[in-house]
Amino acid sequence: MPERTLDAVYSLAALQKGDRTEFARLVDAYSAPIYRLALKIVGTPQDAEDVLQETFIKAYRNLSTFEGRSSFSTWLYRIASNEAFMSLRRRKPEAVSVDAEIETPDGEQEPVQIVDWCCLPEEELLTTESREYLDVAIDRLPATLRVVFLLRDIEGLSVRETAEALRISEAAVKTRLLRARLQLRERLSQYYGERIKEAA
Amino acid sequence: MTHTHANTECRKLLASLSEYVDGALDESICDVIEQHMGECERCEIVVDTLRKTVELYRSLAPAPPVPDDVRARLFARLELADLLKDIS
Ligand SMILES: [Zn+2]
Repeated sequence: MPERTLDAVYSLAALQKGDRTEFARLVDAYSAPIYRLALKIVGTPQDAEDVLQETFIKAYRNLSTFEGRSSFSTWLYRIASNEAFMSLRRRKPEAVSVDAEIETPDGEQEPVQIVDWCCLPEEELLTTESREYLDVAIDRLPATLRVVFLLRDIEGLSVRETAEALRISEAAVKTRLLRARLQLRERLSQYYGERIKEAA
Repeated sequence: MTHTHANTECRKLLASLSEYVDGALDESICDVIEQHMGECERCEIVVDTLRKTVELYRSLAPAPPVPDDVRARLFARLELADLLKDIS
């Protein structure tokens, strides 16, 4: 993960002393993943751009209180997901909050799609069309599951870092991650199952 | 093995699937899961396709660069516009 190496590169002391060049380098290194995350949570480029700007404005203002207990990336993802959810709530007030209680006692949804599509060749799994499908499948996840999946499986944070970024328990991260992955597996199985049928 | 029993085993496995594909479970638990997968084709397919799902998403390229205009407005908003050229 590039974040790990990047983290070591920035001088917290320089940043906290107000070194503009150091801050500009930090902004430059993290703006791509933060923008992608924002876009996948809020859904529109305009809102994502606002989230991106607010994230770094808040980061700049709060640098003095950053103690380095979490990595820069986790800290930035935390600010960004918070901003993104605030934006989402303004646009869609019915959208649930990031720490909403979604755990149900019934356990997980039984898998429905049982088709082994792993055998499909890599070039078939990753055509331009399938990449678009993978992307849309994420958008269809409920926001609370989506953000966990994005941080863990797209941005590559650990379970602990994801929990820190979202201020939820590690157990909640695991539950939501499982649900997100199971829902994606259903959609992908449906999609690739049809590719197999077409090929047959 | 009765159907009900098999179903209970399958449900139990479902709860630990995500951690199983992440390699985050103890060896003893993995053994139980792998034994069940050997007897239950359905669960084997679910595990394999879940693992593949995660792999596919992880194989996607790193985040594409922020569009130039978005980047320029970001640097301007942060009063860093003078550094825009030196940084990239
Ligand atoms: Zn089973």
